[in-house]
Amino acid sequence: MAIYSKNQLTIGDQARGSIKKKNTVLDNILKHRALYFMALPGLLWYLIFKYLPMMGSIIAFQDYNLFKGFSGSPFVGLKHFKFFMQYPEFFRILRNTLVIGLYDIIFSFPAPIILALLLNEITKNSFKRTIQTLVYIPHFLSWVVIGGIFMNTILSPDAGIINYFLKILGFDPIFFMSKPSYIRSILITSGIWKDIGYGTIVYLAAIAGINPNLYEASSVDGASRLRQVFVITIPSIMSVVVVMLLLRIGHFMDFGFERVYVFLSGINQDAAEIFDTYIYRVGLQGSQFSYSTAVGLFKSVVGLVLLLVSNFLSKKLADKSLF
Amino acid sequence: MKISKSRKTFIFVNTIFLSLLTLSMMLPFVNIIAISFSEGIAIDTGKVTFWPVLPTLENYQLVFSNSAILRSFGVSVYVTFIGTLINLLFTVLLAYSLSRKEFKFKKACSIFILITFVFSAPLIPTYILIKSLGLLDSLWALMIPSAISTFNYFVLESFMEQVPEEIIESARMDGAGELRTLVQIVFPLAKPALATVGLFYAVTHWNSYMAALMYIRSKAYYPLQVKLREIIMEGNVDASSQDMVVLSSYGVKMTTIIVSIIPILAVYPFIQKYFVSGMTLGGVKE
Repeated sequence: MAIYSKNQLTIGDQARGSIKKKNTVLDNILKHRALYFMALPGLLWYLIFKYLPMMGSIIAFQDYNLFKGFSGSPFVGLKHFKFFMQYPEFFRILRNTLVIGLYDIIFSFPAPIILALLLNEITKNSFKRTIQTLVYIPHFLSWVVIGGIFMNTILSPDAGIINYFLKILGFDPIFFMSKPSYIRSILITSGIWKDIGYGTIVYLAAIAGINPNLYEASSVDGASRLRQVFVITIPSIMSVVVVMLLLRIGHFMDFGFERVYVFLSGINQDAAEIFDTYIYRVGLQGSQFSYSTAVGLFKSVVGLVLLLVSNFLSKKLADKSLF
Repeated sequence: MKISKSRKTFIFVNTIFLSLLTLSMMLPFVNIIAISFSEGIAIDTGKVTFWPVLPTLENYQLVFSNSAILRSFGVSVYVTFIGTLINLLFTVLLAYSLSRKEFKFKKACSIFILITFVFSAPLIPTYILIKSLGLLDSLWALMIPSAISTFNYFVLESFMEQVPEEIIESARMDGAGELRTLVQIVFPLAKPALATVGLFYAVTHWNSYMAALMYIRSKAYYPLQVKLREIIMEGNVDASSQDMVVLSSYGVKMTTIIVSIIPILAVYPFIQKYFVSGMTLGGVKE
């Protein structure tokens, strides 16, 4: 009898719940108001510092004037977009951004994967740990420091290490920083130098997660170490590789302001300037707010298209996708 | 099992290759350290390679007696310290509340946050925002707009999700409010994650350059990276009040680089302990 009445009560509760469904959300908020209150500063921060500027992109369609503000500035439609489409400098920047981004994917992306595979072959743990500890370090230094190190101690014609060895071997010193043809290689190399070690962490973790039985079984079957790398290790980490590649492509257009800016000079500008540094130079230093925001919007759209296309392709071809 | 000859050769070549790679990363530092402890004449004649020539502390004395460099160092310490506290406050509160199952809008909020990961805030409208908030040329501009890193948020959030529900519920039973549960129950459990995220934030603040370039005008508020960049590019340390007789600007440049990376190297062993877990947590989440 007692059980029966308890059941009745539950049914009654459910019925009431479906009638007043609206109120349950409100009840939940009221009951856990402390929890919602704690989330508020963070969510507001995202709204103010991420979403407001996104909406502020509207100035790309205006002749924005700092004193008139968003509401007072006149709308000019696609004027700024038309303007930069006719601008030869714009295509130079677009080409630089795409070429440097492509080099980055071709050379910088595989580098940590290869290093992780090589590190995995080291059987002496103390040696492996020492190497890891040391190659992670450059990741934690600023681009200003990396730029300083590269331009002075590595590439400088009189004090640089490369030219020091070139001199020993009897070659003429190379003036790396005063020849624009070197700058893209310098940008890519310095990136690899900084992040190759740190980039291995994700892949080493993936390798560590591989079932050791796979290796044992295949060595019983007589597979060589090299064959194991290609049949077991690489296929096992492939899903991580694809996800990392998609993430990289998603930020294809964001090569990075700081890493280019520290190497940028009047000499190499034609070959090295990318959207991020261009927007800073023309927008902030040149105060062309609307024009440079239009350029930025164009950059974001290209980046988004690249992400969607690669995500689609990867879904079709490798059955892996970010969303 | 017998190790084949080709395997032995591979191990040998691999060891040599990895050692060379590591060496290529260490040699520049050895060179800079050697220069920082050498006398100007030796540096200028190119005699310093990997060991100090005519050892001296002169460069360090010059750097540490330069009030502009010291001031920038102080600015960076201040921004790193206060900035990291702000980072942790915002990130922890958000990560904790969204990790609780009582929080009904988690999915919506996560998408709200993830969108900003794909569409980054545009540069010029952000600048206009900072300007209209009156933060221009203030150190707050280096701390508030970067209060949350979405990557660090996800690291912390996925860690807090792993805190067992029962522990939190039992704290509730004992009458602890949300804030007390967070501070007394979750904090001690999430210590490794908090340390990871805190150190990530601190390193980012210390190394940050672009924000100061955009928002800081007065030289008095230059963080160390901006000052360092100025020294590296222009090579003229403002040493008007000092004796310039044996000042090799190249030596001072290199010494300033060393001074700017010492704090990083000092915390590096602590970061290293944590960042592997942090990276893999974040990586899985993505």
